[in-house]
Amino acid sequence: MQSNETILAVNHLKINFNTYAGKVKAIRDVSFDLKKGETLAIVGESGSGKTVTTRSIMGMLANNAVVDGGNIQFHDKDVLKMSERELENLRGAQIAQIFQDPMTSLDPTMRIGRQIAEPLMIHKGVKKEKAMAQALEMMKLVGITDAENRINDYPHQFSGGMRQRIVIAIALINYPEILIADEPTTALDVTIQAQILNLMRELQDKISTSIIFITHDLGVVAGMADRVAVMYAGKIVEYGTVDEIFYNPKHPYTWGLLSSMPTLDTNSAELASIPGTPPDLLDPPKGDAFAPRNPYALKIDTEQEPPFFKVSDTHYAATWLLHPDAPKVTPPDQIIKRQEKFAEMQKAALAKAQHHQIEEEEEQQ
Amino acid sequence: MELDNAKKVLEVKHLKQYFNVGKRDEVKAVDDISFDIYEGETFGLVGESGSGKTTTGRAIIHLYTPTSGSIKFNNQEIIGLKDHQKMQQFRRDMQMIFQDPYASLNPRMKVKDIVAEGIDINHLAKDDADRSKQVADLLATVGLNRDHASRYPHEFSGGQRQRIGIARALAVQPKFIIADEPISALDVSIQAQVVNLLKQLQRERKLTFLFIAHDLSMVKYISDRIGVLHYGRMLEVGTSDEVYNHPLHDYTRSLLSAVPVPDPEYERTRTQIKYDPKYEDGSKKRELVEIVPHHFVQCSQDEIPMYQERAKEMGLSVK
Ligand SMILES: Nc1ncnc2c1ncn2[C@@H]1O[C@H](COP(=O)(O)OP(=O)(O)OP(=O)(O)O)[C@@H](O)[C@H]1O
Ligand SMILES: Nc1ncnc2c1ncn2[C@@H]1O[C@H](COP(=O)(O)OP(=O)(O)OP(=O)(O)O)[C@@H](O)[C@H]1O
Ligand SMILES: [Mg+2]
Ligand SMILES: [Mg+2]
Repeated sequence: MQSNETILAVNHLKINFNTYAGKVKAIRDVSFDLKKGETLAIVGESGSGKTVTTRSIMGMLANNAVVDGGNIQFHDKDVLKMSERELENLRGAQIAQIFQDPMTSLDPTMRIGRQIAEPLMIHKGVKKEKAMAQALEMMKLVGITDAENRINDYPHQFSGGMRQRIVIAIALINYPEILIADEPTTALDVTIQAQILNLMRELQDKISTSIIFITHDLGVVAGMADRVAVMYAGKIVEYGTVDEIFYNPKHPYTWGLLSSMPTLDTNSAELASIPGTPPDLLDPPKGDAFAPRNPYALKIDTEQEPPFFKVSDTHYAATWLLHPDAPKVTPPDQIIKRQEKFAEMQKAALAKAQHHQIEEEEEQQ
Repeated sequence: MELDNAKKVLEVKHLKQYFNVGKRDEVKAVDDISFDIYEGETFGLVGESGSGKTTTGRAIIHLYTPTSGSIKFNNQEIIGLKDHQKMQQFRRDMQMIFQDPYASLNPRMKVKDIVAEGIDINHLAKDDADRSKQVADLLATVGLNRDHASRYPHEFSGGQRQRIGIARALAVQPKFIIADEPISALDVSIQAQVVNLLKQLQRERKLTFLFIAHDLSMVKYISDRIGVLHYGRMLEVGTSDEVYNHPLHDYTRSLLSAVPVPDPEYERTRTQIKYDPKYEDGSKKRELVEIVPHHFVQCSQDEIPMYQERAKEMGLSVK
């Protein structure tokens, strides 16, 4: 379960890529932290920097990447300063990762039992027999039926959903402190997706791993996340609890993202869409990078980058609209409906709290 | 949409598409399905991976020769059609948009030649100037500009590539478009752009769509009617409101209960319905039966009363 203990802190991370065309400024000052046992979802447009951010946490950046500033604290150590040996141990034992395509993380020539057992043998020095027994347990835990008979099968003998379960088994065999899941269910259909998500939730409860979950399916985010960070053009533009982001979003990019997805009861003639294309990170625009596509852009957006404004202790958004002197704007209809729901939820929470207080006072008397 | 008086443009009857027939690894990818599509509507086809959605689309557009069954397009039987001219007309009238905007465009062809492929094959341009004008108009229609005509596919984003694919399909002035997962490979915000474009084109050109997708909220949003496929069989057909709000078949209920909704409160209380395939076992002959007007469920004669009962429980008037 969630606690307040921070196990990972990313501070002012900046990453560039050297390319023929010039310097791609992929990560432009990103900070966030991760608490023990929580699920943090990172959402945002294609190319906004989600994968690069998490790869830097694993110490797995491409050769042409240059860290231009910042640090990544994991147990009073900076991941960015770790040696290759330290990183190998980090990846094998403490931070694990699963990707969209399970085949990229599986060895097609190795029996799956052996693949699941290997991290235990390498990083924990567990003897083969014992490791294989634990692998079998793990296979059962992730719901592979008839595990005893399938332990010697190869990856191609499994369906896509089953392969992703095997990848999860490999990732979790060492009970990592952090699991990074980069679009783990995007290639799966809803039925299999639901099974995998349930499995991740169950396992998280059992071994209280923290999860960083990257997806562009906001439905999945709503069901999985405790907190959400919204990225745009190499920056986090808004973060908060899942309720704050879904019911009380403040950044116009978050508004656009939430409105462009139909829910099962969207009936309007047209879906809201974010016009235009993402900015060129070779030469990011001055000011707020979202301004050219933002129907709510202010003059200052094209001149000066907005700082984070505080919405609550847990909720921050980088938009000039939150400045006390900014004009009042009316968000899209869908967002207004969401905000109304937020107001109701807060009222209900308040009433409940007062009710408790009265009960307690009565008890004391 | 007034279904009682609507005109059927496509009638699929007892369509079977088997692969590797007679071999050990025979696959009944599509196994005896029947449905109609009305003029001007969007018919959504949903179902899990491997249920036969793509195979159905490919069989209809005649990329495969079906194992058996009948496919009528505007009252013309397509299976076994020998008349060359009629076949060519059919190939113009029905176009397909593919899932992968990267793989479906030839990387060595300029955008204008990709878009004009159908114009050239069908000799639809009077001369070069006319061809260029048609291409420019098509690009404008899908929200690209004429400068894009001389570029190559790799210079475009996923959403733009999908627009090129749509422009290519529109070039021969089709009446019917099969869209197989046209937005699955795109970013959420770009998905909305492409869906809006498809809807706008449908209004302007009176197009009929067969829309295949596994994102059920998007299918619900875009479709007038929906068919649910499972293991190559059609289990339920009805208007999208009916199928989503009053699903009758256990499989549909289970499938819908698995759809994640972008609403945390809803997600916290969502209970997923486990599927028990007892009404799909091979022991009985089952066909689509109209339980509620225009709402069909695959069942055997003795299962009809049960579905009628379910419909009544949900306040529907039974046929
Ligand atoms: N090795 C590299 N060389 C040059 N640019 C790179 C490299 N890797 C990533 N980038 C660029 O960095 C930016 C961020 O990429 P990243 O893969 O993190 O995006 P993302 O948010 O994960 O997108 P998606 O949703 O498509 O996976 C993009 O502009 C991308 O083109
Ligand atoms: N050319 C082929 N030869 C043999 N089997 C095939 C062929 N094409 C499809 N199949 C099989 O037919 C079944 C239906 O496949 P199809 O591609 O129609 O499914 P789908 O519903 O489109 O799935 P997805 O959502 O994954 O695209 C699957 O079992 C598939 O493996
Ligand atoms: Mg990525
Ligand atoms: Mg398919």
